[in-house]
Amino acid sequence: MAFWNEKIETMPREELEKLQLSLLKAKVREMYDKSPFFHDRMREAGVLPEDIDSFEAFRKVPFMRKSDLRDNYPDKLFTVPYDDITRIHVSSGTTGRPTVVGYTQRDLDNWTESLARGMTSFGMTKKDMLQNFHGYGLFTGGLGVHYGAERIGATVLPISTGNTERQIQLMQDLPVTAWAGTPSYMFHIADVCDKIGVDIRRDTKVKLAIAGGEPWSESMRRKLQDRTGVRVHNCYGASEMSGPMFLECSEQQGIHVWADLAYVEILDENDEPCAEGEKGQIVVTMLQKEAFPLIRYRMGDISSITWEKCACGRTHPRLSRISGRTDDMLVVRGVNVFPSQIESVIGELPFLSPFYHITLENANYMDAMTVRVELNEEYLTEDMNKLAEMSKTLSARLKSVLNIKADVRLELPGTLERFEGKANHVTDNRSYE
Amino acid sequence: MDESKIITQLSIFVNNEPGRLANVCKIIKSVGIRVRAFNLAESAEFGILRAIVENPDDSFEKLREKGIIIRKTDIIAIAVTDAADSFFEAADVLGNAGVNIEYGYFYTGVSDSVLFVRVDDTEKAVDILEKAGIRLLDDAEI
Repeated sequence: MAFWNEKIETMPREELEKLQLSLLKAKVREMYDKSPFFHDRMREAGVLPEDIDSFEAFRKVPFMRKSDLRDNYPDKLFTVPYDDITRIHVSSGTTGRPTVVGYTQRDLDNWTESLARGMTSFGMTKKDMLQNFHGYGLFTGGLGVHYGAERIGATVLPISTGNTERQIQLMQDLPVTAWAGTPSYMFHIADVCDKIGVDIRRDTKVKLAIAGGEPWSESMRRKLQDRTGVRVHNCYGASEMSGPMFLECSEQQGIHVWADLAYVEILDENDEPCAEGEKGQIVVTMLQKEAFPLIRYRMGDISSITWEKCACGRTHPRLSRISGRTDDMLVVRGVNVFPSQIESVIGELPFLSPFYHITLENANYMDAMTVRVELNEEYLTEDMNKLAEMSKTLSARLKSVLNIKADVRLELPGTLERFEGKANHVTDNRSYE
Repeated sequence: MDESKIITQLSIFVNNEPGRLANVCKIIKSVGIRVRAFNLAESAEFGILRAIVENPDDSFEKLREKGIIIRKTDIIAIAVTDAADSFFEAADVLGNAGVNIEYGYFYTGVSDSVLFVRVDDTEKAVDILEKAGIRLLDDAEI
């Protein structure tokens, strides 16, 4: 079994934890000195860097939340000047405010290192050719995976999302052996292959894949593998952490979270640590991130972790498949969507009432989002052109705010269900079985 | 302009779901409204039942009290002798005057056949149609 960085990847747990603790202490000290935000938070909580002498003591450090990123838009959480920042990525955030992430060269190197280790762990080498379905640009998926694959010497086909028939043509014409993308896009590829009579096993050399960026299940993986003959490996990450960050090895028994790069806590609803293997909310501290540090950040994902040594020989903790969210964030075709973003668009448009409902479906594992909104009674008209125009306006605004297309349906006033107390704005009919 | 030549149509909005239209029709019947003519239109989102009724103002209130989403729409009623000829004549006059026809529908009445037309400028349409010698009907004549 090949390793990318055998020494660190097989380091005994005891040594890894020692390393983690020393990195944690140094990061807290550095942040206390360099980040006004973090400094104030620590002072408010009555904690000083010198108090942090154990993992137990580290739990006194206040959490960072998504709202902190929003409140400090665009770059108030950066701890280095732009001179030292090599790249910026931007992801969608709550209520129309995106999250801006800066990277020093060292941040980019660590991100790439993390993926190089992960890719090697499921058997990718310089002999492979990776077709990267992830979007390039401000989204972290495309460039992140790209640099990881280049680092291990693989050949990258930076094709990005879309134009599926061309994708299928190129994967036949070139010796493509691996894919990276969302699981739903891989199902779409399989569907189109069926339609045009391409047999992935017979007509291509694709054998390996990295899939992530949206919720999916073990049974979806089995189906995808059975249909395509491709071994598909799960991935965990978020733009706040850098991007897609941690991967499964060829054992497919959980995602290896490199303990020298991230310290992961799994907490119960009282923010007390969960036992190994017990599900709880993921809280992440990035141990070596420079430009945009993340300390005790609530990811909003639910999972569990185990330190049990993996059959592949790696000693780092493994994260089980994400089983849910702690907030109302939806992941649609790999894009984070908050109902509050939709609500703010609706609030901007005078012809709409505040009553809306979001429905998610995934026939053939392709996510479809429908937004139903009641018309403001005063704007109700029997003029079909005006109705079509209103529908188009809403559709275009949603597309520009959410970065994905939503089907829009204008409803008559009084049509949608009214709720006493907390409104339920989302019906998620997606099935991952 | 002769205001009696502006006819009130009731535009009733109905959700595109099975049974909704039947429900609306039942309510129309139950409150004792007499419908003279109607037309059904459909947008991408919902259906619109356009109805010419007796006592439109009174009927409007009755339906609104029943929770029906309803609007009053001004239309004009053109007396028809031959469907195609009459329609061409009216459309030609209106077109030359720059008035747009949004929709129209026929009704074969007791005495006259009628073409109901919705235009973007009702008052102007009444004036120019009457000047062109086209006979418009008032509420009592329908």
